[in-house]
Amino acid sequence: MEARILNEFRAIVGASGLITEAEQLSTYDCDGLTMFRVLPLAVLLPTSTAQVQGIVRVCHREKIPFVARGSGTGLSGGALPVANGIVISLTRMNRILEVDLPNQRVVAEPGVINLTVTARVAPEGYFYAPDPSSQLVCSIGGNVAENSGGAHCLKYGFTTTHVLGMEVVLPDGSLVHLGGLTVDRPGYDLTGVFVGSEGTLGITTKVILRIIKKPEVIQVLLAAFNTTNEAGAAVSGIIAAGMLPAAIEMMDNLAIQAAEAAVQANYPNCGGLLLVELDGPAPEVETLMEEVADVCTKCGAWEIHVAQSDAERARVWTGRKAAFAAVGRLAPAYIVQDGVIPRTALPQVMSEIVRLSSEVGLRVANVFHAGDGNLHPLVLYDNSVPGQDKLAEKLANDILRLCIKAGGSITGEHGVGEEKKMFMSEMYAEPDLATMQLVRCAFDPENLSNPDKVFPRPRLCGEKPGVYEPHPLEIAGLAQRF
Amino acid sequence: MPAAGGLMAEVSWPELAEIVGKEYLRAATAADAIDGIEVQRVAEPGTPEDLAHALRWAHAAGLKVAPRGGGTKMGWGNPPVACDLVLSTVRLNRVLEYAWSDMTVIVEAGCRVADLQKTLAEHGQRLALDPLWPERATIGGILSTNDSGTLRARYGSLRDLVIGITVALPDGTLAKSGGKVVKNVAGYDLSKLFTGALGTLGVIVQAIFRLHPLPRQSRSLSFSGTPESLNQLLLAIQASKLTFTGLQLRAAQGSAHLDVRFDGTPAGIEAQVKQLEQMAGSVAASEASANVWTSHETIWEGATPALVAKFSVLPTQFAAVCAQAERSASAQSLAWKIVVQNVGAGYARFGGNTNEQSLRNAQLTLREEITKMGGTLVALGCPVAVKRGLDVWGAPSDAQPLMVRVKQRFDPDGTLNPGRFVGGI
Repeated sequence: MEARILNEFRAIVGASGLITEAEQLSTYDCDGLTMFRVLPLAVLLPTSTAQVQGIVRVCHREKIPFVARGSGTGLSGGALPVANGIVISLTRMNRILEVDLPNQRVVAEPGVINLTVTARVAPEGYFYAPDPSSQLVCSIGGNVAENSGGAHCLKYGFTTTHVLGMEVVLPDGSLVHLGGLTVDRPGYDLTGVFVGSEGTLGITTKVILRIIKKPEVIQVLLAAFNTTNEAGAAVSGIIAAGMLPAAIEMMDNLAIQAAEAAVQANYPNCGGLLLVELDGPAPEVETLMEEVADVCTKCGAWEIHVAQSDAERARVWTGRKAAFAAVGRLAPAYIVQDGVIPRTALPQVMSEIVRLSSEVGLRVANVFHAGDGNLHPLVLYDNSVPGQDKLAEKLANDILRLCIKAGGSITGEHGVGEEKKMFMSEMYAEPDLATMQLVRCAFDPENLSNPDKVFPRPRLCGEKPGVYEPHPLEIAGLAQRF
Repeated sequence: MPAAGGLMAEVSWPELAEIVGKEYLRAATAADAIDGIEVQRVAEPGTPEDLAHALRWAHAAGLKVAPRGGGTKMGWGNPPVACDLVLSTVRLNRVLEYAWSDMTVIVEAGCRVADLQKTLAEHGQRLALDPLWPERATIGGILSTNDSGTLRARYGSLRDLVIGITVALPDGTLAKSGGKVVKNVAGYDLSKLFTGALGTLGVIVQAIFRLHPLPRQSRSLSFSGTPESLNQLLLAIQASKLTFTGLQLRAAQGSAHLDVRFDGTPAGIEAQVKQLEQMAGSVAASEASANVWTSHETIWEGATPALVAKFSVLPTQFAAVCAQAERSASAQSLAWKIVVQNVGAGYARFGGNTNEQSLRNAQLTLREEITKMGGTLVALGCPVAVKRGLDVWGAPSDAQPLMVRVKQRFDPDGTLNPGRFVGGI
């Protein structure tokens, strides 16, 4: 990178806010998806909105692509740098700016850690609902980019449900405010478009969050089944009975073994484990918990246990949330996928996964957000065996295709990023993708903000989408196409 | 760019009749006019493809187009700059796929809300929304106007329930985003972009929603008091662990009520009602009739001329809004009425034996105060003559240039609803 540009960057963020040494840059060469690595030209660590604006203005003027980065826990390569560009790390913008309890609002900078929001308002009985398993380290800005979910989004919704507005630095360096402290502001819901746009529309520098009151009672039930199919039937039974649990999670035997080895969650050793969390008024939770237990018994559960104390409940969840990392104990390497299927397709998709896995000879551990059909198959492999990584990748991809075929999605919460962009054209038709590009072009006509992510092929913004326009002679009936 | 209007003599309507079918293209009547702007034709295509084709044809012919569902909210927004063709979704009225065990539904845009709810009720489910005039309003219409009701206290608004959408764009593209799974972050969320866009970006032809179970039992209480005391009670309820599914403040000259609804199991409801009564202390409670939950609808009824505005403020500001409504009304010798949901969105009505100027003044002074509070106010229902003197949306935000760029990408020639949306979009 030219010295004059580096000098300009240094003038904006100070010497301590600019990284250019290769060894230091390598810290930023990947996110949570470590199989893709690219060294950026520089990493900048701004501490204010004005600094972000300054950096982006320079990028815009010099046509330097930039990638915004939070804590780097993303699992789809969304924060993967581009080789001829810079990374803008928002970790130093980590202040909670405003807490308004009566109106249940928190205004936070993008570098604030997810769990910090809850920690800040917990003494008054509130919490911030989206709870990705990485919530101890992932940032609000990253959550906004990915529209992060978590186990409890079955009842409480995703990041997009809880973001009311934000301050955004657009790719040309201008500053806009989308949404606001109040709901239903006139104009297009650009907040709704920005959340989940994976850094391709600009950089958020301030986020208005909604917090909610902790429920009166929270109970978790563990039910042990012989198979995931039985557990799946119980999930359908619970939903059909008209209940909306706070979370329904499922783990198969391999995932249980991993979690046990890692955190001794005290799970029963079974083929399919269901975790059902109910919350609400005490008498209601009590009644419904009995109904849940009934449904589980009818579907073949041979052990049912309701976590009695907060400590026990915490341990149950620790096991679930540690599951990804825990499978590291079962194999030297793994690929985690994030496909979604309609809940009712679970038995069929599960047996297909078993078939594919035995065909290839690789083990697959399964952790699901069963309530909303979000699968997290973990394809285990040994990267010291030549060729096994390719086999694992193929298996993981085949599982995604199963999800598309079942009418689902390639990603429920991890994002498309770098990893799954080629699948976008399997899930969507060309006109769908071209229409999404219209949004991209309105925000970022020069394709500078996290370019080449999400979409399989970046379209130039002047380019006409593929809709056929008849020639005036044809319309007039004077010419014909063959 | 096709010329705006002015080419009427050259419009070849038979071509459009070919596309949508002869019997589904008719000459417009006075009832089809939008805010006094006369329309030439009304087309009722029978498939999404035909609708897209008709839209492409109209765009190529340089016509201005207004999409229409049940037509219950055609008066919302500024008067259009021009409108030649109403594109009606009335024939796109089918429930296409109701996967009750997945709790999702795929429905065409012209399906009436009440018809959809009837289908869903067969499996004990509902779209957890109670928008205005569900017997006549359509799915596409409530989406385009972002019309939620009292249930948003618990289930969120439309943006939280719509999980997929298919739209027709002026160039004839039929595009979808999202899908039929509740959890899905693949690609941009166009469902949200089109929710509340007032048909200015494209025409919604199909939508997919997540569903909720119908409540096992429901019970509502009402409290009477001053706006101030009830605003305090509302905040206390919000800050409690009660799981209400409706919480609204109603106020008019000299009277104010707070309504609370609980859904759930009998034991759960009973326990919560007890807690609520303790919390309310000396504030008198009474069993509420079910029709308090259609107050957002009845506020539209009454003597004309009147003005109904939608406002949005913070929950701590409700009493202040009532006080300002009282000041704005009495300065013009008007009557006023307010109903506001706990999330902060509500309607205000000014009416009485009056003229256009007083309605406009009352609205402007209330908007001024609400804007100072950081909120917004949009005039929705009022005589065209009142609209002519004001921008119903109020001053645009600093995101307006970006919104204009979005509009230009989707509808570069301003074919759809020109001038009706925020800031002249």
